Amino acid sequence: MSRKLLLPAVAAIGLVFSQAVWSQNIKFAILGPMAFVQGENHWAGAEMARDEINKAGGISVGGKKHMVEILKIDTNEIQSVPDATNAIERAITRDKADFLIGGFRSEAVLAMQEVAMDNKKLFLGVGAAASKLGINVEQNYERYKYWFRASPTKDVDLAKTLFAVMGSVAQQIRTDLKKEVPKVAIVAEKTAWTEGLIKAAQANLPKMKMEVVGLWQPSAVATDVTAELSAIKRAEADIVFTIISGPLGIVLGRQMGELQLPAVAWGINVEAQKDGFWQATAGKGNYVSTLDTYAEVESTPKTIPFVKAFKARFKKSPIYTAATYDAIFSLKQVIEQTGTIDAEKLIPAIEKMEYVGTGAIVTYDKRHDLNWAVGKTSGIAVEWQDGEKVPFWPPQTKGMKPFKLPKH
Amino acid sequence: MFQDILISGLVNSGVYALLALGFSLIFGVARIVNIAHTAFYMLAAYALYGLLVIAKVPFLLAIPLAVAAVVALSLVCYKLVIEPVRQHESAVLIATIALALIFQESLLVAFGGSFRGMPNAIEGVVSIIGVRVSYQRLIVLVVVALTLVATWYLLNRTRLGLAIRAAANDQEIANLMGINVGRVAMYTVGISVALAAIAGVVVAPVFVVDPLMWLAPLVTMLAIVVLGGLGSLKGSVIGAFIIGYVEAITVFAVPSGSYLKGAVALTIMIVVLLIRPEGLFGVVFEEER
Repeated sequence: MSRKLLLPAVAAIGLVFSQAVWSQNIKFAILGPMAFVQGENHWAGAEMARDEINKAGGISVGGKKHMVEILKIDTNEIQSVPDATNAIERAITRDKADFLIGGFRSEAVLAMQEVAMDNKKLFLGVGAAASKLGINVEQNYERYKYWFRASPTKDVDLAKTLFAVMGSVAQQIRTDLKKEVPKVAIVAEKTAWTEGLIKAAQANLPKMKMEVVGLWQPSAVATDVTAELSAIKRAEADIVFTIISGPLGIVLGRQMGELQLPAVAWGINVEAQKDGFWQATAGKGNYVSTLDTYAEVESTPKTIPFVKAFKARFKKSPIYTAATYDAIFSLKQVIEQTGTIDAEKLIPAIEKMEYVGTGAIVTYDKRHDLNWAVGKTSGIAVEWQDGEKVPFWPPQTKGMKPFKLPKH
Repeated sequence: MFQDILISGLVNSGVYALLALGFSLIFGVARIVNIAHTAFYMLAAYALYGLLVIAKVPFLLAIPLAVAAVVALSLVCYKLVIEPVRQHESAVLIATIALALIFQESLLVAFGGSFRGMPNAIEGVVSIIGVRVSYQRLIVLVVVALTLVATWYLLNRTRLGLAIRAAANDQEIANLMGINVGRVAMYTVGISVALAAIAGVVVAPVFVVDPLMWLAPLVTMLAIVVLGGLGSLKGSVIGAFIIGYVEAITVFAVPSGSYLKGAVALTIMIVVLLIRPEGLFGVVFEEER
């Protein structure tokens, strides 16, 4: 090839290459157990964010528009922690993700956090509550500063919400059932994230004028808790305080209904957050209540439009891992503000950011955890009433309905 | 508390007995260590879910259809996967692990990882010696009792049972006596999986159905058959009741350690094995079979 031809060819290739660079998409790796409902919601929230942002022209970085590209990364973390670390490694090295969003199981997210920090990639957690994730940031800021917990609040703050709601449930029992000191049975699955909450419950409930009648800790995958429930019935518990993320939540709700246990279940029951809970309990999960994130109430000005749009598109309600939507939009906000996707420059901006999301008003503390406040990041409480998931707390939020006690 | 332990232990023991009996049966007759045994139990639960909740088939028709479908599938698996490698015990072991994982992943693809429930055959509860028991649990008890009696009858009062017992005692002699050992092994696979499938369909409305539901009972079932004596049918049933009641007692005696019920059951198994290495009703030497 002659030099006359070579020079224009190189110039043309250079031009094409530079255009490719400038029109490059911003890649968000969405990490989650995609065969499970948590991962499905991670992905669904991200899809909504992508479509809305791209429809509006993309994300502006220093005046140039970039489209959002989301990468579906199945971590399989419910079944295997090594699968999760392999998945995040692949997202960073092969897929060249710019940002990492998601994770659900604390044990797996702790392992994935290490991989992300090794690679200095911004990782916005959406799903794991273990305090250790934020403690890492405080103890070794330079290494762990790339981690932010976008949702939910850390386990200690979840406890604050749980006890705030517990106080109002106990008050209703005092008023309606004339029991001055309601009896509480704690049922917690035996996993790492429940330990702090159990200790907090045992320490705080007596101070709140409630009697703890016992602690039952079935295996996280127990398929039968009739023995436990028989013992709880004999202990005459008024409240079954649940700290459950797995299938145990369905078994407990169903068998409480079957055995007509005259007690209300309140706490964390991740399965009860899902629309499928009523069907899974064969319609016996009445009065099961749980901490939740989304309902058609005005938690923030964006909540109701988001929940309605989600239901219209996916034919189901969002659960808390759909906050990938907020994670992407919050990153959009700081990217446009700073004009860069460079993690080192984005971190100080995220630390100072206030972002009004769909389930929370997001600001971060020194551990890169959400600052907890009722009505801002506390989430909501819902109760199953005759097949409907009814939001009842915080009472000041517009759209809340009354909490009901089981018939005695 | 005694009544609670009595009733809770009875239901769980019955389900364990069905699973362990089927597992022991196929091991005793064909020396097949079928790790996929509880995966068939899971498949039966899903088949019932599909028929009952999705296809809206009535309960009384859905149950036999689910059991029959799973038994048919097990026979196909036996012919295609297990029989060609039957003479190599380690190959059979690995093949059945592979089968179980294939079933698990297939269900994960077909149904997702969601936990599923289905309605009871009969709603309501009854109080027995002060303990509330749902009618569905009573159904489990009745079906388990009938199935155990039917299995005993089949093995001890029919020509097929005689052939199965003969093959279990000594395959070579049974062969010389004109028994088609290969065919008997196949029938035994069918019976064994039918027991697992019956366990699956009766507990499906009581438990939660999910693609990992085969793992927990697998460990318990293995503990039971080792405790009772590998290949001993009587040992499997008695071992099931020992483990079932140990679990129930653990829950009531140590509420905050109810997750330990599996570990306590396995510890009992180890203690028994230290005292009697062949298990409660096992044979000491292979030659004694």
